[in-house]
Amino acid sequence: MDNPILLAVEHLTMRFGGLVAIDDLSLAARQSEITAIIGPNGAGKTTFFNCLTGFYRPTAGHITLTPPEGGSWALHRMQGYRIAKTARVARTFQNIRLFAGMTVLENLLVAQHNRLMRASVWSLAGLLHLPVYRRAEGLAVEKARQWLKRIDLLDAADQPAGALPYGAQRRLEIARAMCSDPVLLCLDEPAAGLNPKESLALNDLLLDIRDNFGIGLLLIEHDMNVVMRISDHVVVLDYGARIADGNPDQVRRDPAVIRAYLGADEDEPLPPEVAADIAAPPC
Amino acid sequence: MTPALRHAVIDAAAAALVAALLALPLLGFRLADSAQGLQLVTRLTWVPIAAGLVFAGRLGLLLAAPLWGRLLRQAPQGDLSVRGTNRRALLIGGALALGALILPLTPFGDRNLLDKATLLLIYVMLGWGLNIVVGLAGLLDLGYVAFYAVGAYSYALLAQHFGLSFWLCLPFAGLLAASFGILLGFPVLRLRGDYLAIVTLGFGEIIRVILLNWASLTGGPNGISGVPRPSFFGLPFVAHTPGNGSFHEVFGLAFSPNHRVTFLYYVILCLALLTNLFSLRIRRLPIGRAWEALREDEIACRSLGINPTTTKLSAFALGAMFAGLAGSFFATRQGFISPESFSFLESAVILAIVVLGGMGSQTGVVLAALLLVGLPEWFRDLQQYRMLAFGCAMVLIMLWRPRGLLAGRQPTIRLGADG
Repeated sequence: MDNPILLAVEHLTMRFGGLVAIDDLSLAARQSEITAIIGPNGAGKTTFFNCLTGFYRPTAGHITLTPPEGGSWALHRMQGYRIAKTARVARTFQNIRLFAGMTVLENLLVAQHNRLMRASVWSLAGLLHLPVYRRAEGLAVEKARQWLKRIDLLDAADQPAGALPYGAQRRLEIARAMCSDPVLLCLDEPAAGLNPKESLALNDLLLDIRDNFGIGLLLIEHDMNVVMRISDHVVVLDYGARIADGNPDQVRRDPAVIRAYLGADEDEPLPPEVAADIAAPPC
Repeated sequence: MTPALRHAVIDAAAAALVAALLALPLLGFRLADSAQGLQLVTRLTWVPIAAGLVFAGRLGLLLAAPLWGRLLRQAPQGDLSVRGTNRRALLIGGALALGALILPLTPFGDRNLLDKATLLLIYVMLGWGLNIVVGLAGLLDLGYVAFYAVGAYSYALLAQHFGLSFWLCLPFAGLLAASFGILLGFPVLRLRGDYLAIVTLGFGEIIRVILLNWASLTGGPNGISGVPRPSFFGLPFVAHTPGNGSFHEVFGLAFSPNHRVTFLYYVILCLALLTNLFSLRIRRLPIGRAWEALREDEIACRSLGINPTTTKLSAFALGAMFAGLAGSFFATRQGFISPESFSFLESAVILAIVVLGGMGSQTGVVLAALLLVGLPEWFRDLQQYRMLAFGCAMVLIMLWRPRGLLAGRQPTIRLGADG
């Protein structure tokens, strides 16, 4: 039985002047699944994320989010911060964007801004130090503590986020996104710059999020060790268009994908060593 | 002669030569006013003296360079979070607040000192207000004095035309200044850094020029005089009232003009402490953290569902509100206001207080205000050299403590001990 569709992208097009970054792209991502988006450099993966999270306004097409609790959101028509606030789509960035001067704990509390803001009655209850706000703050800290335990940064809670090692910053950014209670989490190259051990830990973290939170994950990644091991579904982009779609095994064997990555011509047969490689099990 | 010494002497000689060339027209000749009109007086002896001083100074500086370098290296470059700084700042802050509270009771608390302290506290309050905008939200505001002017004029005009009392006008002035803050905030939401600074600079000038030219409302360059003085909850500070209702009569004291000075001092002390408490508290609230987060990375904020528009506007509005409150206090203290009091220089001084104090540090603002406003007041005897000393002091502070007197951010919350 398939999981219900969470995100449906239909005929999405994004043009920058004469450049077509995304060309009539349609895809779907399901709840409790990890959908990976791969493709050579410049294929339009990050542009797609920027359209999805409201940093760009798409030239044409629809992006519809159907959260499990019902209703649906037309993301292509929403303002950037509203997509995160109302539709609850969270994202991380290719080049880490933490609040470097603030502590790890503060980073996780900023992610819970909207809930705390309501609890503090737009700062009034907070200024008066009313119990209603203190309780909400306590809950927020507790939630942050849970996440810090999960990403193994509990001891670093009061350190500035910018002082953490690179791998820890990557994990913290994911935890920060998760603290905003998303229904869809978009990860832009979370394994970039990680060593193999950290990369394995990341796999576990992402699988843990998928299995225990029941949310959908969208993953842009170049590291095939990550993509092939944890994805339930892989979409391959090239020149802004979808060229393949399926489970990791299907995609791995797809000649169009190999051509896109290796740059062979459309009608040229695949070189024999590549054909052999395709048949081999994942490394 | 070691090569280092020879090098230093040559360098110092070159500096002395430049000084001599500069001193010749600047110090060597002087226009003197005499009975026969203006006369050119030569003071050529001053030129070698100046050159000699520069030579000695430069030589001394170069020879002391190794020592100097060591001192600079020792200077803390501002850790991101230092518990020591935190505790020290708290200690200094508490001592200063206590000192300020009992100042009028001490023997030094004469009228002159209280007057200066009142002026100082106005700047401290403005510094704390601007700290919300610049220190927390990271929005460089060069036109802060505009909101100060709005507060001052709104009290003066409300009191003059509607006869409203100071205490009634105070919240009005704050609200009016806050709405001006929002008015300025809207067009500049997309701007950051230098561009924002230029637009706010323009806004400050616009307000000043309007005050200068809208003569029918503001009195133009003549300003507004006869702004009512504040009363002690309805009891005026005057020698005689018809119904024996002035402050000293009700409390059975001998009349003294010092009462009003002391009262004004306590009013601004309360207003300033209110500003301080407010900013300390709001910094630990979600809105305060969102300001700091917005300063660090606006794109990440948007991806977390924080509305940058309302967040920035609230910083502008709250900062402006405190300037408005300070402004109406300024109007009631002076009894007279004119656009001259709200020039760009004031904005620059307030911004310098915030930057010199260490962005975001509340105690730092007090220390910087003492340095920047207090010292020039006390050293008026130095006359024109006052500003020279002032500039030197600023350069020295920035050399020794590049991130401000009390740099170092303290976390708004800790996991270890909450609160």
